[in-house]
Amino acid sequence: MSLVCAAMMAAQPAVAQPGAPGSERVRELVHLVRQDCGSCHGLTLQGGLGPALTAASLSGKPRDSLVATVLGGRPGTPMPPFRGIVADDEAEWIVERLLEGFPSDSGASR
Amino acid sequence: MLQFFVKYMWWIVPLVLLSACAGPQPVLRGTGDLGVVIERATGQMQVIETSGRKSLAQVSGLGDLSHASVVFSRDSRYAYVFGRDGGLTKVDLLTASIAGRVVQAGNAIGGAISQDGRLVVAQNYEPGGIKAFDADTLELVADVPADFGSEGKRSKVVGLADLPGNRFVYALFDANEIRVTDLSDPRHPKTERYPAGKQPYDALVTPDGRYYIAGLFGEDGLSLLDLWQPELGVRTILPGYGRGEQALPVYKMPHLRGWAVAGGRAYLPAIGRHEVLVVELGSWKEVTRIPVKSQPVFVMARPDGREVWVNFAFPDNGWMQVIDTFTNRTVNTFQPGRAILHLEFTPRGEAVWISARDDNKVAIYDTRSHQKLAELPAASPSGIFFTSRAFRTGF
Ligand code: HEC
Repeated sequence: MSLVCAAMMAAQPAVAQPGAPGSERVRELVHLVRQDCGSCHGLTLQGGLGPALTAASLSGKPRDSLVATVLGGRPGTPMPPFRGIVADDEAEWIVERLLEGFPSDSGASR
Repeated sequence: MLQFFVKYMWWIVPLVLLSACAGPQPVLRGTGDLGVVIERATGQMQVIETSGRKSLAQVSGLGDLSHASVVFSRDSRYAYVFGRDGGLTKVDLLTASIAGRVVQAGNAIGGAISQDGRLVVAQNYEPGGIKAFDADTLELVADVPADFGSEGKRSKVVGLADLPGNRFVYALFDANEIRVTDLSDPRHPKTERYPAGKQPYDALVTPDGRYYIAGLFGEDGLSLLDLWQPELGVRTILPGYGRGEQALPVYKMPHLRGWAVAGGRAYLPAIGRHEVLVVELGSWKEVTRIPVKSQPVFVMARPDGREVWVNFAFPDNGWMQVIDTFTNRTVNTFQPGRAILHLEFTPRGEAVWISARDDNKVAIYDTRSHQKLAELPAASPSGIFFTSRAFRTGF
């Protein structure tokens, strides 16, 4: 239930602004990736239980399959599906940023 | 001169530092009510005092502290901080300064200290294995790779814990094994291997050092090794606790370290289920399972064992719940702040310190009334560790 609520809340800004996420949502997404993806991939994204998500380590990997991994997870591994927490275009946005070197965190939303 | 100073005059430093704060009278102090709060985003930590509920000092230069953990020297003066980037830093709590630092691996996940306090051991993801260091000098004394198979592969090491006799037990995420390494003669480590369940992700040892329980990601159940009879091998406990149902997504792996053993029972986070599993030590029968708000991460017993406090994975990490171990029911559900990452009880358990990462604060709660006593500012706080850990097996 709480997941559904979170999913609805997470989906809202994307509905309001199709395409690129707005600036407050960008701040939230950066924070999410650094902190909550970071719990498995490391705050610096150099890897942990999950592999490194730095530009160098992802270079050459097909972006669609990376987006699919973020949204659908990888069954049989600890990589969970983030569909419902991030919208489809937000997952694309995250993967684009990962491929070019992820921005640094400016904290949680206020 | 320097040697003379180090040998005989070291106490000048704390005295000078402390007297600078306290006026002309030098202040001596104990360390039993000290602890540290990791400020993970900035690579710093605060030295705190639980009696005065205050921060005493800040130490920086600790590297990447995502997933940092800490053990304490047996005199509880020094904190050994294990960083994600493989950094191992020895911090003097009295002078709030770095007494030694090595970068010992590419990617590390935590550590432990030997029964006699002479060895500090790091558990590493990359390169997978454990390494032992002299607790005084941080000189490397043993390197035990977690190799498996025939192609020279090395596994990520999880769930490292100290055992009586300067032995260490740990699990291999990629190799489905539990290993026990005897470091009583650190130059000649001896390792025993025990096949275990699929993808162990963390583990705990009971307070007496007898039972080692590893949580499994790849299998419904937990792996148990009786360290008094290791020749019996690993057995699976709570097999099929997921009842074949589809597992829920796990946005943060639960932690088993910081065990909850209370009243002869272990309270364990289920994985992929919003439940705390209760199992009887010895018979390993399921006593009950307690439905909780979300995926539990830390399930920690108050030192008297009467209550178990639970925090949760993203996206429900603003919540906490308290379980009464007498009735095995949830007695409180509350929101201490945004992104609760860790909690630590004071040595006798009258208060609990809770880190709220996204509110940049540590909240201190009374464990009897469950009311908030105080808040301290902290930058993106994660782990909280008190020196009382120095005296507990498995911490
Ligand atoms: C609970 C742990 C965990 C969390 C949280 C997590 N991941 Fe992962 N992730 C993994 C693991 C483990 C793998 C490796 C899966 C495999 O073995 O194929 C992985 C793989 C990936 C990959 C594929 C990398 C490659 O080289 O193919 C991407 C991309 C990724 N994760 C992105 C993310 C993002 C973005 C988030 C946060 C929105 C996230 N992950 C959160 C554990 C996690």
